[in-house]
Amino acid sequence: MEPRIGVFICHCGSNIAGTVDVEDVARFARGLESVVVACDYRFMCSDPGQELIKKDIKEFNLNRVVVASCSPTMHEPTFRRAIQEAGLNPYFFEMANIREHVSWVTEDKEKATEKAKALVAAAVRRVYYHEPLEAREVDINPNTLVVGGGIAGIQAALKIADSGNKVYLVDKNPSIGGHMAQLDKTFPTLDCSACILTPKMTLAGSHPDIELLTYSEIEEVSGYVGNFKVKIRKKARYIDLGKCTGCGRCLEICPVRVPDEFEQGLGKRTAIYKPFAQAVPNKVLIDPENCLHLKGLAEGKDVCRLCQKGIEKKGIPGCETGAIDFEQKDEIIEVEVGAIIVATGFKLFDPGIIYQYGYGRLDNVYTSLEFERLVNSAGPTGGHIVLKDGSEPQRIALIHCVGSRDEQYHEYCSRVCCMYSMKFAHLIKEHTTAEVYEFYIDIRSFGKGYEEFYNRVLEEGTVFIRGKPAEVTNIAETPEEEGKLVVQFEDTLIGEQRRLPVDMVVLSCGLEPRQDVEAVARLFNISRSADGFFMEKHPKLDPVATMTDGIFLAGCCQGPKDIPDTVAQASAAAAEALAMISRGKVEIEAATAVINEKLCTGCQLCKAVCPYSAISFDEDKKVCQVNEALCKGCGACVGGCPGDAISLSHYTNEQLLAQMEGALT
Amino acid sequence: MRYYSYFPGCSAESTGLGLGLSTEAIAAPLDIELVELEDWNCCGSTPYGSLDDEESIVVAARNLALAEKSGFDLVTPCSSCYVTLAGANRHLQERPKLMTQVNEALAVAGLEYKGSIRVRHLVDVLYNDVTPEFIAGEVKNRLDGLKVAPYYGCQLVRPRYGLDDTEHPHTLDDLVECLGAEAVNFPMKARCCGGSLTISEEKNVLELTRKILQSAAQNGSQCIVTPCPLCQTNLDAYQSRINARFRADFKIPVLFITQLIGLALGLEAKSLGLDTNIVSPREVLDYIYNRINYVTTHPTEERE
Repeated sequence: MEPRIGVFICHCGSNIAGTVDVEDVARFARGLESVVVACDYRFMCSDPGQELIKKDIKEFNLNRVVVASCSPTMHEPTFRRAIQEAGLNPYFFEMANIREHVSWVTEDKEKATEKAKALVAAAVRRVYYHEPLEAREVDINPNTLVVGGGIAGIQAALKIADSGNKVYLVDKNPSIGGHMAQLDKTFPTLDCSACILTPKMTLAGSHPDIELLTYSEIEEVSGYVGNFKVKIRKKARYIDLGKCTGCGRCLEICPVRVPDEFEQGLGKRTAIYKPFAQAVPNKVLIDPENCLHLKGLAEGKDVCRLCQKGIEKKGIPGCETGAIDFEQKDEIIEVEVGAIIVATGFKLFDPGIIYQYGYGRLDNVYTSLEFERLVNSAGPTGGHIVLKDGSEPQRIALIHCVGSRDEQYHEYCSRVCCMYSMKFAHLIKEHTTAEVYEFYIDIRSFGKGYEEFYNRVLEEGTVFIRGKPAEVTNIAETPEEEGKLVVQFEDTLIGEQRRLPVDMVVLSCGLEPRQDVEAVARLFNISRSADGFFMEKHPKLDPVATMTDGIFLAGCCQGPKDIPDTVAQASAAAAEALAMISRGKVEIEAATAVINEKLCTGCQLCKAVCPYSAISFDEDKKVCQVNEALCKGCGACVGGCPGDAISLSHYTNEQLLAQMEGALT
Repeated sequence: MRYYSYFPGCSAESTGLGLGLSTEAIAAPLDIELVELEDWNCCGSTPYGSLDDEESIVVAARNLALAEKSGFDLVTPCSSCYVTLAGANRHLQERPKLMTQVNEALAVAGLEYKGSIRVRHLVDVLYNDVTPEFIAGEVKNRLDGLKVAPYYGCQLVRPRYGLDDTEHPHTLDDLVECLGAEAVNFPMKARCCGGSLTISEEKNVLELTRKILQSAAQNGSQCIVTPCPLCQTNLDAYQSRINARFRADFKIPVLFITQLIGLALGLEAKSLGLDTNIVSPREVLDYIYNRINYVTTHPTEERE
């Protein structure tokens, strides 16, 4: 059947038509070979636009369609559906992206129109060679993997598990809970963070449909939507979880003291330790870097083992359940899941690199997370806000936007610092008699009840100074400044440079992507936005999915957010995963690799390069074969085949060469 | 041998004569050739830019156009010239319209600037091209034990051209230490000295310079080094006025970094222009040549 092509040019309001002469492009398209009809329209994706395409298919008896509009990621499914409704195979369609690739990136109208014409010509030439393909459906594995056991991961896992589907909840730390477990109170309601989090942690730990894999890391992810295979490394805890009762006797015996990560280094812990009092699982583990016995073993010596043996002289027994196992090794397990929710969280900005704020250099300069521990009644000072020398501060400065809204560090607003700083101001007033000064750029109290909380803190007598401090120094210029930390700042409301001596400085550090964000992105094949966080499929209309089907995002790994937003997004991610599970089947791309058996020499190079294990070798015929259900159409084997025996349907050499010719002529 | 176009700037031939002399003196031992721009003009400095931004860029661009003929990096030892020339260069490279306008003006003198050269500070060249390791190898007279306060001033590191950290720079410290001397802890090292405001706002400038001298003295330094002729003048020539105004007793020689390098390279003090320094560097020279240590010659507290 001779191709009869229709070309439809979209104005996208003024998005395209403002820069591209769409009528000229339509005139140009009419002159192309095999083009029967070409027209332009304000919004091709709208109902009338789609109707226009369907009508023309009938009227002009079209059998190929080209739409020149936005990115195929945006509307290819829309138009494929439209032409399918008009009776054509959806693969008799090609899209020319004249918005993202042309009008949005070019100001010159003439050049833009030229480029749009080239892309349209390329699409017309390509669609000429299109062939009908059938989309395939595969079953979805109803299990879900949730990566990260902070509040986002816990929430998503609980929602899914409550529907009766199995969840693997993986956390690289020895307990779930994440950053929220470290916080004191939560703004603006001042609920105790642990009080609202621990019930959820316990539920997640005891839920029959949640398999908790703490102190574990994802090693490898293979497969595709509905059918992922995941390798997980369970790191050695040197403790038999089945035997440990979490009694904590071993903690009293261990002679080692090292900085406690949970307390941000402000407190000390033992080498055999429980991450924190409410840890889930409520079991201990041994830190091999600091355990005297494990360090000794590496040198062939048998030392310490007091936690195991007890201290005979004092009559203190060791672990009575025999849970300690110095021989334990890392273990790798493999699980199969249909959906993955990535909820790996954030890292606090390290203010040490802002030299002038003195963090790590001057005493009594703290990060916000350190201050959370300092003010927490379960923290290292029992909730007393005290200086290094043990005395109570008379004056505390809180500096906002440390590492945020600053082109030198992070351009974005971290969205939580204003509110937690004001929470600190309230807590300081509650615990001490100190004066509190908040140094801000703008107060962003945008959430429900937030502005009211701001007013409350104002009324409590906290002083708000609009101006970002230039430095925190211990160099005194006047006798009053001796022995104090001095904040040098411009008070922008009165337009003057001022200095303020204080006893303690809290740096309201922003949130940034975790150190291993790049490796994690590669592991799950998801992309990152300019700020470094994981990128959602669409910033407004698909904020939870990623460009990789079956992988969803929740919480701060996608961008800074507070607890309410995190919980909402986590629930949304759970809903997305559940929607997939309850559908039971998923349609996957029809474009697969096809091996021409006559040309195949049986070298099996393609089998080696296939990332989805979709290629097998037929011993009888001595040729390779593609399992269409497993093939994702990535094209690795096409490039790998030395004999040109493999082609990728919908991406054949013929189609691609025609497309290039079209663009160049 | 490395080649550079050399822009001494007005100061290096007048108030900062020591800078000009010592820069030229250390070039040969450090294997660099500074080819002075023929017929260079004043860079325009900060005052011109505050009156007419575009005209001031033409003034600077004339020097850039002259330098483009040889194609070498344009090096200046003066921080103020560096900021002015590098700033103009960046504006021209990033704004084609401005480049066209400026070239129209330059055409009157038969010149054209295409935007191809790099403007660099001498400290950048010493640190990144010559490198402290190489300088250390050329040192004839190690300055072991000499306590030096490396003073960057504001223009060398701010606005940012990527040479060094603006708040906590280290390049001068490294240059001082490669000579065997000790770079003292000097928190005020990147603070503004007041620059040319000594002329119009002397009171404020004296206050700023006092803090800098105080910080250097408190940390036991025997001298201050700086690459900037404006800073050097303020700290050196105005030291007696600071003493008079604040009833202090500062007696800290303020050397150019190039003078200190020259001393370590074994060059003669006079060839480095050390006789032009106002606060006598005699004690520093005695220490370097004769290891005579004048202990506690500097006040650590102000007199009441």
